[in-house]
Amino acid sequence: MNRMTLGSLFHALGLLVVLAFALFPFYWMVSSSFKDQTDLLASPPVWLFTPTLANYQAIFADQNVTNAILNSLIVATSTTALSVILGTPAAYALARFEFRGKADLWFWFISNRMVSPIVLALPVYMLSRQVGLLNTYLVLILVYLTFCLPIVVWICTDQFRSIPRDLEQSARLEGATQFDIFWRIYLPLGIPGVAVSAIFAFIFSWNELLYALVLITSQGLKTAPVIATNFMSGYELPWGKIMATGTLIVLPVTVFALVVSRHMVRGLTMGATK
Amino acid sequence: MSATTTTPDGSADRATAARPQRRRHLGYGRWTPVWFLAPAVLALFAIGIYPMLFALITSFRRYNITRRADMLDGFPFVGIDNYLTVLTDRTFWDSLALTGTFYLTVVPIQIVLGIGIALMLHRPGWGLLRTLTRVSLVVPLATTYAVVGLIGRLIFNRDFGVANQFMGWLGIASSDWLGNPTAAFSAIVVMDIWQWTPFVALIFLAGLSMVPVDIEEAARLETKSHWALLRYVQLPYLLPGLTAVLILRSADVLKLFDMVFVMTRGGPGAATDLVSVYIQRVGFKVFDLGLASAQAVLMLVLTIVLSRVYIRIFYREIEA
Repeated sequence: MNRMTLGSLFHALGLLVVLAFALFPFYWMVSSSFKDQTDLLASPPVWLFTPTLANYQAIFADQNVTNAILNSLIVATSTTALSVILGTPAAYALARFEFRGKADLWFWFISNRMVSPIVLALPVYMLSRQVGLLNTYLVLILVYLTFCLPIVVWICTDQFRSIPRDLEQSARLEGATQFDIFWRIYLPLGIPGVAVSAIFAFIFSWNELLYALVLITSQGLKTAPVIATNFMSGYELPWGKIMATGTLIVLPVTVFALVVSRHMVRGLTMGATK
Repeated sequence: MSATTTTPDGSADRATAARPQRRRHLGYGRWTPVWFLAPAVLALFAIGIYPMLFALITSFRRYNITRRADMLDGFPFVGIDNYLTVLTDRTFWDSLALTGTFYLTVVPIQIVLGIGIALMLHRPGWGLLRTLTRVSLVVPLATTYAVVGLIGRLIFNRDFGVANQFMGWLGIASSDWLGNPTAAFSAIVVMDIWQWTPFVALIFLAGLSMVPVDIEEAARLETKSHWALLRYVQLPYLLPGLTAVLILRSADVLKLFDMVFVMTRGGPGAATDLVSVYIQRVGFKVFDLGLASAQAVLMLVLTIVLSRVYIRIFYREIEA
């Protein structure tokens, strides 16, 4: 009995350590965003301080930051919408049809999970320079499809497979076209999976840095992660503004991620583990 | 009526018998899946495959957009010169080796911590705290990689970073984390462990929850030893997850750019010059696109091998 309670105590202690470890950097960023410059530069760092909203006022007044967040919002939303529009029909076909080369196609979608952005960044840069797509939202939206589309296809295929075929059969007897079946049965019933995959697409495209860094050079079109890293030049770094911007960037995706937390692993492994 | 006849005869019969009907109901032919798939496949081909083909061609040319002579020559083909340059370039190999070292440093730590965390999250008791902890693991995973780098810069700051404060509590002298090669490498290791251990832990947790409850309970009655339970009952269920971790993490380490770029830009010296950071610099600072394309192609080959292995292991069973 004694051993049990001791074990249980260690269990709780261990969990608390993990909790602290997982949240500390996040906490440190958020708390730093409420510090004034003196508290930020205090050595050793201060844990208790009078919070200030000055950093947030400063970044909301800074058009670079508000613009960048708007740009990120536009790019991430468009990418998500396009991924769902293109991905759900493909997922339906993979879930419900038999055809030659299906397995290969399926693997091709999945293998996009492995491709490093650095592999594509350069050729996409060269090509978009030729056709004048550099410094447009479109080039980012298109290139983000390379990792958002596969995740939508994967999660939705899985979801559509779980929808009973009977529904489809009776709709067919009523004379529904294949597209009707997809549009009226699979899409509405598959909404949970579609929503999860859309959230993943949003998170991935919101967080992206490398493509945004190299494909966008005009100040007005830069995305939020790029602007946040741009603060990192010069001598006197505006740490308060940096951390406030970081918080603003991370907050929405954290909320989204908490919503899909049950599916996080599935999303990141492309379903290898359920 | 069976709408999905599978025998060749049956479907042929149906095709002839149902021809008028099929014409009325658009989209029941052999080509139906094609219409559903075409948009996604064409999009991915245009932005995923086509640029790679372009890179493949560029990798055989002398193509430096900042050198006028190249432009005037029309970016001449130079055979495998670029590949020879890359493969004989010490810095390229150094960056690959460093990436390997990074992988071999972070992944074992993440696996050990991940299994420990998964076991704690799996163990009964402390329901609310367990849920809270499990949910908190999502936070590092969702944090924008670039912002992880920013947080790292703050935490590991030489003058007012909290890392030095922690070190002080442990009685270790503070150091200039990002200014010293070994320390800078450790700093990016710490940030990667922070961000990706939750991923590993959640994969193992999924594995643990696959152990049939009755088997686990029977085993708990048999032995008091957690080790025996882990070794003989739970481990077999963790192995698929372990393989997934090893492969996916290697792909992710090859991809790792944002956090390192923000924290150290590959420095000091080349102490954190992982392969993605290195290629980005060659491509976008030096603008030798032929050379950088050759590097991208080599990376792609590595990636294809990885994903083939991954698919071979995980999806062969699934009737896609």
